[in-house]
Amino acid sequence: MSALKIKKGATSHSAYNLRPNFSDVIERHTLAVLVENEPGVLARVIGLFSGRGYNIDSLTVAEVDHTGHLSRITIVTSGTPQVIEQIKAQLGRIVSVHDVHDLTVEGPSVERELAMFKVTGKGDARVEALRLADIFRANVVDSTLSSFVFEITGAPDKIDAFADLMRPLGLTEVARTGVAALSRGE
Amino acid sequence: MTRQMTGAKMIVQALIDQGVDTIFGYPGGAVLPIYDEVFQQNSIKHILVRHEQGAVHAAEGYARSTGKPGVVLVTSGPGATNAVTGLTDALLDSIPIVVLTGQVPTFMIGSDAFQEADTVGITRPCTKHNWLVKETDKLSGVLHEAFHVATSGRPGPVLVDIPKDVQFATGTYSPKKPSTSHYQPQVKGDMEEITELVAAIEKAKRPVFYTGGGVINSGPGASQLLRELVEATGFPITSTLMGLGAYPASGDKWLGMLGMHGTYEANMTMHGCDLMINIGARFDDRITGVIDAFSPKSKKAHIDIDPSSINKVIKADIPIVGDVGHVLEDLLKVWKSRGRKTEAEAITKWWKQIEEWRAKDCLKFKQSGKVIKPQYALSRLEALTKDHDRYICTEVGQHQMWAAQYLGFEDPNRWMTSGGLGTMGYGFPASIGVQMAHPDALVINVAGEASWLMNMQEMGTAVQYRLPVKQFILNNERLGMVRQWQELLHGERYSQSWSEALPDFVKLAEAFGAKGILCSDPDDLDDAIMEMLNHDGPVIFDCLVEKHENCFPMIPSGKAHNEMLLGEAKTQGVIDAKGSVLV
Repeated sequence: MSALKIKKGATSHSAYNLRPNFSDVIERHTLAVLVENEPGVLARVIGLFSGRGYNIDSLTVAEVDHTGHLSRITIVTSGTPQVIEQIKAQLGRIVSVHDVHDLTVEGPSVERELAMFKVTGKGDARVEALRLADIFRANVVDSTLSSFVFEITGAPDKIDAFADLMRPLGLTEVARTGVAALSRGE
Repeated sequence: MTRQMTGAKMIVQALIDQGVDTIFGYPGGAVLPIYDEVFQQNSIKHILVRHEQGAVHAAEGYARSTGKPGVVLVTSGPGATNAVTGLTDALLDSIPIVVLTGQVPTFMIGSDAFQEADTVGITRPCTKHNWLVKETDKLSGVLHEAFHVATSGRPGPVLVDIPKDVQFATGTYSPKKPSTSHYQPQVKGDMEEITELVAAIEKAKRPVFYTGGGVINSGPGASQLLRELVEATGFPITSTLMGLGAYPASGDKWLGMLGMHGTYEANMTMHGCDLMINIGARFDDRITGVIDAFSPKSKKAHIDIDPSSINKVIKADIPIVGDVGHVLEDLLKVWKSRGRKTEAEAITKWWKQIEEWRAKDCLKFKQSGKVIKPQYALSRLEALTKDHDRYICTEVGQHQMWAAQYLGFEDPNRWMTSGGLGTMGYGFPASIGVQMAHPDALVINVAGEASWLMNMQEMGTAVQYRLPVKQFILNNERLGMVRQWQELLHGERYSQSWSEALPDFVKLAEAFGAKGILCSDPDDLDDAIMEMLNHDGPVIFDCLVEKHENCFPMIPSGKAHNEMLLGEAKTQGVIDAKGSVLV
């Protein structure tokens, strides 16, 4: 379990705040959901969001513990504090869910996303794209005489910023993985 | 001890190990190996229903009346899809049932095979959990886990989908053992929160207990603790539809049911209280009325085993996650150890106010003339059956609300009704399940003729197994509740809410080989009910009642508890445009 970086002693209730202050402000929260990696488990989580009308801004999933068959689903969602608390509680009652962590409220966390950008063009635009990619520490993973594929990792807003810069320079295709997140510290 | 056996045999073995004595089902191609094993044993009784929906409702009736999980066995495809309504019903009412479905063999899954349906996909949102078992070696473990999940925490329906080749293949059977899975819901409440509730109880001047199905689900011990708590504190108590019987209707602290068709005193008490103690209820929209005006001045404590129920609709000031029985035990212990304090003087004053509300006698009605009022029919049924070992089921609609209002429930597990989903057609098959569990008891299904027709095929089941279920149909030749709403909301345009071609219920009973009784005269009613009770076999009682009777009291949609309609006086235009979008 240590590889999962989820604190020992966390219970399925650890993410719930039963005495929240409800406001009408829409908040963006990153949730880490540890689930049993069994068929249909992703459908359960997604079905919960669609069935109850919650938002998914981004979702990533992969098995993180091969011996225990546990997957970590990172969900970025938005809603009022009451809705966020409901989402966590509803996730917690799915039988396949082991743990729900709200990284947004449980202390500082790091968020990273990987994205690939295809930029086509010639001449000055092509040179400028390459120069900006260097500034953003994006790697060139494919190149032709008239195109680049850049690979970039970072927080979502850095990727957004890079996309904004590439758009006038011939951005033709984008692929993003969605957010992976971990809490900072021990 | 582990043993080698076929998947089909494992299923029967697992059911026996789980203490199952009765299953409800319907055979088909994908479950034939299981049915072959059912044939070759005598430990489990199989009840052949006439429609898979009936099997699930019967299992619900069995489960609600015993506290044990109900078990269903149906085939793939249509067998499974017909079970969906029952699964959803059980999910919304937190009823533990285990549904076993056959599936096409694993190598044909995804090929649009005959009677193939994506059963786990279809039932994912209407079960607490479900499994598709692709290896015989894993089957017994999944089956035992299915019972564990169905009955632990907040109970609910589970489904195990079993491909036919998995039933035929041989594997290793693991016997039942205590569950080691990670799914172990919290049952003990937080002592700090419980202590805070005790402090609130000590200080409350206008308290009320608002109880629900969670008390019933927690077991008879929880009802006992609730009774002790109510008597010791002297606080008034009301209950949701699902919680009737946890506290006896004859108890002097009983206010009657609350909510949309609850009593005046119950709803006014909820509206005016300063401490609301919600025990195993979930602030359903039938209970709260308009949220903004729901019990505006009260501190609210909420005891629920499901953390997602807390703060879902109404913000809880004192949230307690835990099983009702465990929490009440701790609550009583702490309250007693602190000297059993209450604000006795203020409570007496509070009761004086409640007695004034009670004096309205909101359920009064006048039986006059030659037409039976439905309220009168149920009052007579109550008077003539209350001393029996009695179980009541209902369908859904006006008759259901009248049954909740006019029948008294003295004990838990005696009242089987579709609360959350509101499933017409629930009651008759449920009564079959109840009678199977309690062969010598008096089982009555209070029905409307429209609801009853939705699963009338189960008459065949009742007759085949000689189940003396009494179908007490309040026949108004209308979809009464729909008609009532059309009167209140849609300018008395009664769109499609009556039936012009009802069967002759007496002849229908006879056609199935049962007894039919027709009663249309109030003077004959007692004799007719006695005739029903004295007949040793299933009876359809066709009670012709007033066709245009409305169900009151009523909190109109979009209104608060203190804005109840008490009678026919003024009902036009009481629901405004905002309220009319609500159901």
